[in-house]
Amino acid sequence: MSDLKRTPLRDFHAAHGARLVDFAGWEMPVQYRSILEEHKAVRRAAGLFDVSHMGEVDVKGPEALRFLNHLVTNDVAKLFPGRVLYSPMCYPNGGVVDDLLVYMRAPKDYFLCINAGNIDKDVAWIHEQAKGYDVTISDRSADYALLAIQGPAAVAIVQSLTGAKLDRIGYYHFAEGTVAGVQCIISRTGYTGEDGFELYHPAGDAVALAEAVVKAGSAHGLELTGLGARDSLRLEAGYPLYGHEITADISPLTAGLGWTVKLDKGADFIGRAALLAEKAGGAASKVVFFKTGDRRIVRADTPVLGADGVPVGRVLSGTLSPILNEAIGSALVTTASAAAPLAVDIRGTLINLQLVKPPFVELKKSST
Amino acid sequence: MSNVPADLRYAKSHEWLKPAGDGTATVGITDYAQNSLGDITYVQLPKVGTVLAAGQVFGVVESVKAASDLYSPVAGTVIAVNPALDATPETVNQDAYEGGWMLKLKLSDPASAGTLLDATAYGKLIG
Repeated sequence: MSDLKRTPLRDFHAAHGARLVDFAGWEMPVQYRSILEEHKAVRRAAGLFDVSHMGEVDVKGPEALRFLNHLVTNDVAKLFPGRVLYSPMCYPNGGVVDDLLVYMRAPKDYFLCINAGNIDKDVAWIHEQAKGYDVTISDRSADYALLAIQGPAAVAIVQSLTGAKLDRIGYYHFAEGTVAGVQCIISRTGYTGEDGFELYHPAGDAVALAEAVVKAGSAHGLELTGLGARDSLRLEAGYPLYGHEITADISPLTAGLGWTVKLDKGADFIGRAALLAEKAGGAASKVVFFKTGDRRIVRADTPVLGADGVPVGRVLSGTLSPILNEAIGSALVTTASAAAPLAVDIRGTLINLQLVKPPFVELKKSST
Repeated sequence: MSNVPADLRYAKSHEWLKPAGDGTATVGITDYAQNSLGDITYVQLPKVGTVLAAGQVFGVVESVKAASDLYSPVAGTVIAVNPALDATPETVNQDAYEGGWMLKLKLSDPASAGTLLDATAYGKLIG
């Protein structure tokens, strides 16, 4: 796997027994001992994820706000320094380029976190759209490492390593400070449905910070957790994953992310006309979430069958919920069929899909 | 390092076979196989009485990662399946050679185990 990109923690993972796999061109830990056990550890106590493969982009300049509100569908004007916003970034046809987080560090100074597999595409797209705006775009992905500490014990673990007052950082807020002596953007965000933090920090400090978190976390039941658990945790929480629930062909409205599309924010953002038309006309298909009451995993691309056995869609994501102990997943189905009984054929057995409004499990994430 | 017990026979498709000496044998998947699959979430086994040819698919093992066919190492008739795997398929991860057994077969040819790899040859295969 020598041609794969590596995070600063690659050798740390190997030394801790990780199974390293190719993820979007990165050599990443999919698991350390068991995806199911790591998943449960995050719901029970805490997990430490290396997500340094994610991309970071600085957007600065006098027109940074005006540009970002043109670029993304959510309303960046609502941000204030220390506030984080989740948003899709769309093509003119309403399909999704990527989903991202927007951080406002100061007036005219924003920071984006984007998906690892989309960095090159996103940076090119953002540069292209920025023509005519007085902004400076810088790809900072190589400068930053990113560690996520997630789970009910995350606050206690991170608080033991920082003088920053974590109880003053609400959900989807951030502060800048040191954790274990490392300068960090301390962001109360995550992708697991649990309370926790994502710590952006200089790549050269990643090993020291990871070791400090492991040391501080051991008394709290923190475990090293890989991308396998990250995927099952996000699906259990009902969060979309780019390339599955949202794609160049699945708009945020189709994906059920209407709350992130601010058609009336007063800016003519990219994709607005198409999304307005989709909203007015009603989408032809929609993303639904399901569970089955059966342990057989319903994998991506499995056809979804309507009441008469005719295909009405396909599975987008599927896994076993380690908490519910049954298969869960998402599917794209025709809007007309979404209210009717749906099923999948797994090796000759017809399994009914029970539609669920996620999250699949009760989540305790901070709501402050 | 994978565990390859010396007293078992092995198929190239990563099942093990343990002859009981009375014309029957127990079948499961190897430590190497369970480790490659990762967390096992479901094991689908045949009904008792199913007649299997050597190399025939007898079931499916699913992990978080993928679903894989299981192949009978030799010809025989299924006389028992492991009832515990329905509720606790992770036993295959934890104890591939004892608690994680899958089938007991009445062998069509009691000498057929001799056609399989011994521990040394299987160890080389997965080396």
